[in-house]
Amino acid sequence: MNRINELLNRKDNILSIYFTAGYPELNDTVSILQSLEAAGTDLVEIGIPFSDPLADGPTIQASSQKALENGMSLKVLFEQLKDVREKVSIPIILMGYFNTVSKYGIDNFLSSCEAVGVDGTILPDLPFKEFNEKYADTFGERGVSNIFLITPQTDDERIKLIDSHSTGFIYMVSSAAVTGAKRDVSEKQVRYFERVNTFNLSHPTLIGFGIRNHDTFKNACRYSNGAIVGSAFIKMLEEEGNNKEKIESFINSIRTA
Amino acid sequence: MKYNVDKDGMYGRFGGAYIPEMLYPNIEKLGQVYLEIIESEEFQKEYKMLLKDYVGRPSPLYKAKRLSEKYNTNIYLKREDLNHTGAHKINNTVGQILIAKAMGKTRIIAETGAGQHGVATATACALMDLKCIVYMGDTDIKRQAPNVARMKMLGAEVIPAMSGNKTLKDATNEALRDWIANPEDTFYLIGSVVGPHPYPDMVTRLQAIISEEIKEQVMEKTGRDYPDYLIACVGGGSNAAGTYYHFLDDERVGLIAVEASGMGVDSGETAATIAIGDEGIIHGSKTFLMQTDDGQIVEPYSISAGLDYPGIGPLHAHLKDTGRAEFLSATDKEALDAAMELTRTEGIIPALESAHALAALKMKTFKPEDVVVVTLSGRGDKDMETYMQYFMPHPILPKGEG
Ligand SMILES: Cc1ncc(COP(=O)(O)O)c(C=O)c1O
Repeated sequence: MNRINELLNRKDNILSIYFTAGYPELNDTVSILQSLEAAGTDLVEIGIPFSDPLADGPTIQASSQKALENGMSLKVLFEQLKDVREKVSIPIILMGYFNTVSKYGIDNFLSSCEAVGVDGTILPDLPFKEFNEKYADTFGERGVSNIFLITPQTDDERIKLIDSHSTGFIYMVSSAAVTGAKRDVSEKQVRYFERVNTFNLSHPTLIGFGIRNHDTFKNACRYSNGAIVGSAFIKMLEEEGNNKEKIESFINSIRTA
Repeated sequence: MKYNVDKDGMYGRFGGAYIPEMLYPNIEKLGQVYLEIIESEEFQKEYKMLLKDYVGRPSPLYKAKRLSEKYNTNIYLKREDLNHTGAHKINNTVGQILIAKAMGKTRIIAETGAGQHGVATATACALMDLKCIVYMGDTDIKRQAPNVARMKMLGAEVIPAMSGNKTLKDATNEALRDWIANPEDTFYLIGSVVGPHPYPDMVTRLQAIISEEIKEQVMEKTGRDYPDYLIACVGGGSNAAGTYYHFLDDERVGLIAVEASGMGVDSGETAATIAIGDEGIIHGSKTFLMQTDDGQIVEPYSISAGLDYPGIGPLHAHLKDTGRAEFLSATDKEALDAAMELTRTEGIIPALESAHALAALKMKTFKPEDVVVVTLSGRGDKDMETYMQYFMPHPILPKGEG
């Protein structure tokens, strides 16, 4: 079974961490993965840096910019991940904008994912419809889950449609915002989370965007199977560098009050 | 209609809506209603009235006599520079503002390069009493200062985009981020035939008035119902799309698009997307763009802020792909010289963007009987500082050459 599904079947209160490949230094990618796993992270999303990340706020934009300056690219990333499955066993998802993937070539990309042991992708600007019509089958054959997003503005019917085409989990974007926005959980958000829960979706949900500490994580877990921390982790890396102890205490600070 | 958008928002293999789910409801809604609104009697009545009495249309088609003599052909200028606010951009903004109002939106956001679209948006917002926020690259804020002042006087908030080269691409990213964060009350008023479907088609339709008038005016002036050539500059491609629209299927008409090649096509300092770009996705649209082998978007360069963009509208990618239009490019220097040439032969100071279209006159050979229409997309007031810097160091300004 796919590592993502195995995790989702087994565990609740899942903590997923997003970080940008090649940040803060080009060759930090794998050691950050190892530190995250050692600290008890359940799932990781590795961001493929892009020059124009239009769904991202300033923190992830800056990390992408730095990673590109460091020399990161999909080619380099797959090279770095070549032996990752000898070192890390938690599920790995690649997250990126569609242009970098389509330039690399979808088939090439999936072969590389399969070869190194990447379990899933999140490609926010690849339209749901186009994915289903053109790519769903090949992703399936390669055992790569493509994760879709829903937002507070997604209507009920579309949420159910997205659920019916999902593999792995559904990424529940917490509020209308780009990544890194610091909004506290509002009435409106709670209504949205509860609305989604009334559908009894066939896939688990993870909440992302704005999750940054124990409170926001705990709150998200109340309405979903776990949550995703991105900008807050990158901020920590920006301040502390790639440091195993700091990563461990960061993960602990999210897990426990 | 083989060059027009299909029901899926595609021009051949270009176009579409490559947007994150956060933008999906807004784009989907706009796609459902824009045609209905544009075709409604109410919209048509108000849009036509505004174009006539507020924008000052029809814009003249002026036979540039001395320029024609110089090039031994018949050159007509489509005078979009005479529109209210000084460029073709206002045709689009008065149309989209009516669409925004019909959709009940109360907050308008826009990106701008040269500031012409920002000014045209701020103008439409002042007219309709709507809140207006304009994103503009920090580099462009500095090189198009008069337009920044105009936007502020019109009541718009101008927010600098600080990423990348701080130009049009970066302003567009910021506007899209704003829309993601404000999906309920906000309408994104895009300034060119770029972005996710339905924007390229919507903006093309709102600029199509240019070719509608050219058709009548060419008939009036020459007794023919078509010109031999239509020439326009291309940043995102809205003045070109408007210039071509009613002639797209009339293969007697040669379509010439002029990109900005900056310091030269192969200099690494260029914005000539068709010349050096390849297929990819930028700002929600599949089109040609300037990118690295790793799919990173390359920072463009042009002296002209309105053409300083690493992508091009999907309609134009399709016109390139099918061979329907010819794509040329003009360097900074060629454009500057063409601007001086027009100024001294006809007494018209063009926008730097439009000067790129004029530069194409030197690149082509026309027959004496040809009817050549050049769209003068805007006037040069905003570019005076650049012109002064380029021409004033010369001890003597060049004399009229005509
Ligand atoms: C006068 C003028 N012409 C042309 C352009 C380029 O835009 P487009 O290619 O959409 O016509 C601009 C953009 O700012 C402009 O101000």
